[in-house]
Amino acid sequence: MQHRYDGPEALSFKIAMWGLAGLCFVLLVLPTLVVIVVSFTSGFSLRFPPPGYSLRWYVALLDAWQLHFAASNSLKIAIGSTLVSVVLGVAAALAIARSERWTARVLDSLFMSPLVLPALAFGLAALMFFTLIGLSVSPLTLVIGHTVVCVPYVVRTTVAALAQLDTSLLESSASLGASRLFTFRRVTLPLIRPGILAGAFIAFMSSFDNVPVSLFLRDARTDMLPIRMWQDLEGRLDVTIAAVSGVLIVVTLALMMVMERIAGLSRRLR
Amino acid sequence: MSARTDTATYDLKLALPLAAFFAAFFLAPLFILIFVSLHTDVSMTKMGLTQYAKFLLDPFSLGVLGHTLWIGVEVTALCLFLGFPMAWAYVRSPRWAQAGLVLVILLPLLTSVVVRTFAWIVILGRQGIINTALIELGVIDSPLRLLYTEGGMVVALAQVQMPLMVLPVITALSRLDPNLLDASAALGAGHWRTFRKVILPLTFPGIVAGCLLTYAAAITAFITQTLIGGGQMLFMPMYIYQQSSTLNNWPFAAAISIIFLAAVLVAVTLFNMVGRLSKGYAQA
Repeated sequence: MQHRYDGPEALSFKIAMWGLAGLCFVLLVLPTLVVIVVSFTSGFSLRFPPPGYSLRWYVALLDAWQLHFAASNSLKIAIGSTLVSVVLGVAAALAIARSERWTARVLDSLFMSPLVLPALAFGLAALMFFTLIGLSVSPLTLVIGHTVVCVPYVVRTTVAALAQLDTSLLESSASLGASRLFTFRRVTLPLIRPGILAGAFIAFMSSFDNVPVSLFLRDARTDMLPIRMWQDLEGRLDVTIAAVSGVLIVVTLALMMVMERIAGLSRRLR
Repeated sequence: MSARTDTATYDLKLALPLAAFFAAFFLAPLFILIFVSLHTDVSMTKMGLTQYAKFLLDPFSLGVLGHTLWIGVEVTALCLFLGFPMAWAYVRSPRWAQAGLVLVILLPLLTSVVVRTFAWIVILGRQGIINTALIELGVIDSPLRLLYTEGGMVVALAQVQMPLMVLPVITALSRLDPNLLDASAALGAGHWRTFRKVILPLTFPGIVAGCLLTYAAAITAFITQTLIGGGQMLFMPMYIYQQSSTLNNWPFAAAISIIFLAAVLVAVTLFNMVGRLSKGYAQA
């Protein structure tokens, strides 16, 4: 049986597939490693490999008040939009997950549409809308705008978790005399909690990282971290940005590993 | 049967808050966008289709649209070429390797786009890793210009969007019945033939899903396009931003947005049609 796999034909196939996969692996890993190495440079440029190593750019980060201000704004907006997304998104997911009505299918497509439509066009549309109704840009408009583009993640992962729910558990709970609310709190909610958590996490990360919507809905008082970084990079290639990136990568990786453990993140993203 | 629907389905009314939220803050703004695009002048006093005519009769604007859509094709092709083997390798890896591999695949998806793009500035720059390596190896004497080129931007975009391709393909590949591959081999088909005749057709819906996500993300990737593409190349997202924020020409910016939205919708519909056709084919 085994000998069939060793011919030149099989070998060429395996070399091609594993070779391309290896190339892809390097492509995925290399940029992250490069950023981390460069952030420890002792020099003033983004030269790679760095002339020497130091923590100077991380120390410089402690005094970068503009970045602190932008980061704290981004954090507040991300927390706000995640909370709104979870409340609205989970309720909507419960309603449409197992429904076979055509309205549920239409709503599902509507709620998912911000994922494929160009967010920049939506950002501009939202700015025009808020200007028209006389609401000036503020943290509130930012939270609203971010919620529109972040809620699809919560809906998607919660719908998926509900679809995998074993209905016989709910039936036993009901047949044992539990009320619908009790069954929801004690059976359904604990079972779909990992799905909700994973969706909330992705919503949080995508709000924290959002540029196209923030670009139109922010003002000087609500400077956002990714936009601050983008503008810094467009102006001059600042090594401080490497240190910020280093911090963001480490925090993202840590959060990812926690979410993988408690919510099975990778299974819910497919 | 009725007990099942009673316990597991919830009232459709629970979707009302989000539906209302979307009607007010997603659909209404899109209608306003259409409304603004139908004005002929910047102060928005007269209505007409001149903004659309201005775009569609202008070779420069059409060039921007065409170039944007083409970049998406290039990025999607590169993602598929490298992403499919990655997904194939993931499915064939032992469990312990999968746990590490999935972090490698997911990290770019969750890392800030500015950070990922910044990495490519460091890699492609004049003193970057590629130029340093090529000079040390004696291949070139002076650094190549890699940043602000189309090739550099396509590779950077492919890396940034790669997870969107790999994840759906992993799902499709892991649903593949291994018996089919054994059957194909037992009937005398080689690896390449099995790949072409069994694996590709059966995972086609997953490939289409991955292509759709990658394509939509690549053509709207404002940050990567501006930072790696530089000022020399103009793409639709930056075009919209320039016209609206720098030049304050709202009607024209709105018209560009609508045309871009329409182009994306056409692409999504095409992908979905291909996906539906292939699903029927895969089951037949």
